[in-house]
Amino acid sequence: MTSRVSVQAEDFDVSTELAKLRAGDKRVGAVCSFVGTVRDINEGDAVSELELEHYEGMTEKSLEAMIDKACVRFDIYAARIIHRIGKLKPLDQIVFVAVTSAHRHESFQACEFLMDYLKTEAPFWKKEQTPNAQESSRWVDARSSDDAAIKRWGVQ
Amino acid sequence: MRITVKYFASVREAIGVSSESVVCEAKTAGALRDMLIAKGTPYAEVLARGRSVRTALNQVMCEESTSLMDDCEVAFFPPVTGG
Repeated sequence: MTSRVSVQAEDFDVSTELAKLRAGDKRVGAVCSFVGTVRDINEGDAVSELELEHYEGMTEKSLEAMIDKACVRFDIYAARIIHRIGKLKPLDQIVFVAVTSAHRHESFQACEFLMDYLKTEAPFWKKEQTPNAQESSRWVDARSSDDAAIKRWGVQ
Repeated sequence: MRITVKYFASVREAIGVSSESVVCEAKTAGALRDMLIAKGTPYAEVLARGRSVRTALNQVMCEESTSLMDDCEVAFFPPVTGG
C-alpha cells in the first residue's frame, strides 16, 4: 500500500501514480486526477521561478485529514495527494490529486473538493521571482475566489 | 507556561526568526498574539489586528479563542497559497 500523501522536492510521474492508485482494485470504474503546473505569468507580471515553503508536520497532517474528510463525504476507494516544495520553474508540475471510485461522479467531485480544500487549508506558501531587477521576489497573495470555492462545499 | 512559537512565509521574514520559545501566561491563541504585539516592532506590525494572519495550535488550524496548554506549539502565518 503506497502512502496517501507525499510532500517532496522531486517531480512525479502521473501515469505511474494512477497505475499504483488503482492497482488490483477491480471495484474501480473511474479514476479522476488533477495536476497543477507553474504558469509564467501571475497578476500581469512574468514569473521566472517559484519557491514553495511549507509547515513540515502540519502539511502532511492536514492533507491526511482532507483525504479522511473526502472518504467520509464521497463514495470513493482511494485518494492520493502529492505536493512539491522548493524551487520550481514555469511548466513544472506542482500538485497532483487523484481519486478512484466505482462511477465518475464521485471521483470528479472528490478530486475538486480535495483541491479546493488544499488551496485554503494546507500550509503552503508561494514566493515568486520575476526575471528583471534584484528586488523582484514577492509572496503570492491568497485569492478570495479560493475561499469562495471551499465555502460552496459547506465545510467552513 | 512554555510555548514554541513558529512563523512562516511573510510573517517569518518580517519577524526574522522561524521559531522561538516563549514563556508567558497567555491562555488563548489570541492572548498570545496580543502579548507578542505588545513587544513592539516588528511583532506589532506583522501581527497587528486587521492583518490577515492565521493561527495553528499543535499543527491544526485554530481560532483566536482556542485554549493553549503547556509545551504547545503555536504558529502564525499568512493565508495559504499552495496548489
